[in-house]
Amino acid sequence: MFEKIKKYWTTASSPSKHFSLGFLTLGGFAMGLIFWGGFNTAMEFTNTEAFCTGCHEMRENVYEELQYTIHFSNRSGVRAKCSDCHVPHEWTDKIARKMQASKEVWGKIFGTINTREKFLEKRLHLAQNEWARLKANDSLECRNCHDFDYMDFTKQSKRASYQHSTSLASGDKTCIDCHKGIAHELPDMSGVPGWDDVAAATE
Amino acid sequence: MKNSAMIFVPLLLLASLVLASDNIATLRGGPINEEVQPPKIAEVENKDIKRVRNYPMQPPTIPHTVRDYRVDLNSNKCLSCHSRKQTGQSQAPMVSVTHYMDRDGNFLADVSPRRYFCQQCHVVQTNAPSLVGSDFKDIDQLLSEEK
Repeated sequence: MFEKIKKYWTTASSPSKHFSLGFLTLGGFAMGLIFWGGFNTAMEFTNTEAFCTGCHEMRENVYEELQYTIHFSNRSGVRAKCSDCHVPHEWTDKIARKMQASKEVWGKIFGTINTREKFLEKRLHLAQNEWARLKANDSLECRNCHDFDYMDFTKQSKRASYQHSTSLASGDKTCIDCHKGIAHELPDMSGVPGWDDVAAATE
Repeated sequence: MKNSAMIFVPLLLLASLVLASDNIATLRGGPINEEVQPPKIAEVENKDIKRVRNYPMQPPTIPHTVRDYRVDLNSNKCLSCHSRKQTGQSQAPMVSVTHYMDRDGNFLADVSPRRYFCQQCHVVQTNAPSLVGSDFKDIDQLLSEEK
């Protein structure tokens, strides 16, 4: 075993016999470009809406719900697609998120949410994951578009400007603390801080 | 008898046709076979200023937009500010105590199920022109006219 590794190491560390230095450098550079470009293109593809809604789990549940919200249809026509909110824009964070998403591939293969019933059952769990993620990164994906520094409080309603100039400005609260369920329907919110125990009210 | 029915029924049909062509299209603003230009969708008032109630028992109108506020089995967006527990941090008016009573007047721990769907009684106001006139007078006006 050790002998074998040693043999490979000798081959790798000795100068090339057949290929010129120019070929190896340029070839390596070109291959690097192709690999890096291909890698990023492939990753970019997994960020498209066509990819996300390629599965019926996303298309028939969350994508359906998104379409009547302000993040899909509004007066100015600026809209968010799945990855705008659910995938970090920075490269390292994006890779980390993409690696976590391998769990979602597992879920797809084994049909964890392949029916509406299963999806509704899991909705609280799935939502809590996203709330926790956005809470932890200070609602980074919201802030990619909604930059606090450029908010004009005078253009906001009285309540909104009050909340944004106090709790949000002090860093006490982050976007997701109040703005839950703005793009998708909510799970049973009993026990979620800031929400009333609905089960108690409707029993 | 048979003869009179034979005359009466077609007459009735004819009369209803005449009436129909005269009246039905009034709210629509055009004949039934034509697509009319719908009125512009009205804007919801979002001033956060309480409006005067027309009579004491009137459910107060909502002075802000409620677009996409979900009120269903899973969540109630209105109560996330207006319920007793949330008013401390939201500083919103608490839903009145009658909402915590069942129909026999017993007080409950939480909002009564029959009062759960806020927009059955409380509605936003828009800048749409009123469709029909109203000669409603509030009680003070009536009393002052009596004198």
